[in-house]
Amino acid sequence: MIELKDVHKRLGNRDILQGLTLTIPDGVNYVLMGRSGTGKSVTLRHVIGILKPDRGQVLVDGVDVPKLARRELQELRKRMGYLFQNGALINWLTVGQNVALPLQENTKTPPDEIQDRVVEVLRLVGMEHAIAQYPSDISGGMKLRCGLARALITRPAYVLYDEPNAGLDPIISTQIHRLIADVRDQLGVTGLIVTHSRHCAMDCGDRVGLLDGGRIASEGTIDEMLASEDELVRSFLSGHAD
Amino acid sequence: MTQSTGILDAIARRGRTIDETIRAAGFSIRLMIRVIVALPYLPRRMRFTLDSAYAAGVRALGVALIVAFFAGMILALQTGIELRRLGQSNLIGSILALSMCREMGPFITGIILAATVGSAMAAEIGTMSVSDEVTALDVMSIDSANFLALPRVVALTLMCPLLTALADMVGIAGGAVVSHFHLGITQQTYWVAVRESLTETARLLPKDVYVGIFKAVVFGAAISTVSVASGLRASGGALGVGRAVQRAVMVSILLIIILGYVITWLFYFLLRE
Repeated sequence: MIELKDVHKRLGNRDILQGLTLTIPDGVNYVLMGRSGTGKSVTLRHVIGILKPDRGQVLVDGVDVPKLARRELQELRKRMGYLFQNGALINWLTVGQNVALPLQENTKTPPDEIQDRVVEVLRLVGMEHAIAQYPSDISGGMKLRCGLARALITRPAYVLYDEPNAGLDPIISTQIHRLIADVRDQLGVTGLIVTHSRHCAMDCGDRVGLLDGGRIASEGTIDEMLASEDELVRSFLSGHAD
Repeated sequence: MTQSTGILDAIARRGRTIDETIRAAGFSIRLMIRVIVALPYLPRRMRFTLDSAYAAGVRALGVALIVAFFAGMILALQTGIELRRLGQSNLIGSILALSMCREMGPFITGIILAATVGSAMAAEIGTMSVSDEVTALDVMSIDSANFLALPRVVALTLMCPLLTALADMVGIAGGAVVSHFHLGITQQTYWVAVRESLTETARLLPKDVYVGIFKAVVFGAAISTVSVASGLRASGGALGVGRAVQRAVMVSILLIIILGYVITWLFYFLLRE
């Protein structure tokens, strides 16, 4: 379970998070929505331990992430995957080498087994045909799928998705959303998804939280959110400026 | 009131610049220490190290040799005119050999490596930083010093002395051309002077050569560390990458000059025989 309790964070001259409290139970996809600059990605980076809060707790399986020593944090991260906006693949490695990287660098898994696991996760995301290609030779959507395969190769308990549909066309976006739902359903992975997209929330979210003013302004299932009378929720989900 | 606010702003800006400079220096030193600690992992990075060394050699070789050749010719021309006036033209070979091996060879090679290979390293790592690839490594518990810096630092630390040795030879050869065609010195006189000046100490490797090579090793390590560190600290998109490259080249050139002086002082003043 992931829990954030009264998390505060100031970056530069701005208070980004102001008492953010949120709980993500195991096995669900939690969609964190909000306008640009409200601290969605900052929240993800707190969960993975890239950022430390000025105040408050960030707990993963009851362990306070900011208080972990470097080695303990590395151990925790082995149980977590992170999908970056553009996949963040290393450009001089092939897709297969990129996906194999976490196992090659952090485990003593035999090369044959690594190769099997690479094929397995690439097949899961429908990218086994691109195993020998370089990131520069594949499209944005394919890079995201490969990034997801890399996040999944260590069989993580949690995957954090940072804008998984940014810059993608609606068809590819829908494919990515289905993939995120499949990861939850087939692998039992808990997901924290940061997005602006209502479609993403509807396609793969179990619970939705709307971030505003540095804290969760509204939370519920997608149906509850769609039925909400709250002005902020309605304007955000409908996309109307007023 | 406005004037005093302006002064305070200026002081604050200067303070931030100093703070940033100290942080950058600290980051580079820490990175160098992390690279040294990661050295036992070098066999694992061997392929990429060799690729980096080859790329560094290919990028810099042509320019380094052309610049060294012409630097040797200029040096021969400038000193040769004065030496001829004093009737000491036969010393030209000694002067060329000592200048190239002690200072000019490592200096020329260092500057060219900073401008070509160092800038490329800063741009490459900087682009990785601003596109979250370095953060991705961190998230995967992969040490960026081990994965990114180690092969590049080792590659340039090996290639800089190799290129310097070549630059020394080509520079001395450039001097030979000018000495023959413009100063009327025979090839035999020139090359005998070169050999005598470099083998004066009768050691396996003459001091003038090994100090120059040592300088090149230090320059290679400094350029690569500063360049990778600048790239790792890049932020703010394409503009940030541009700034990282500019910073890497500027600091590398400053370090080449400063470290060059320190090593010369160390070997020819503090440890002189």
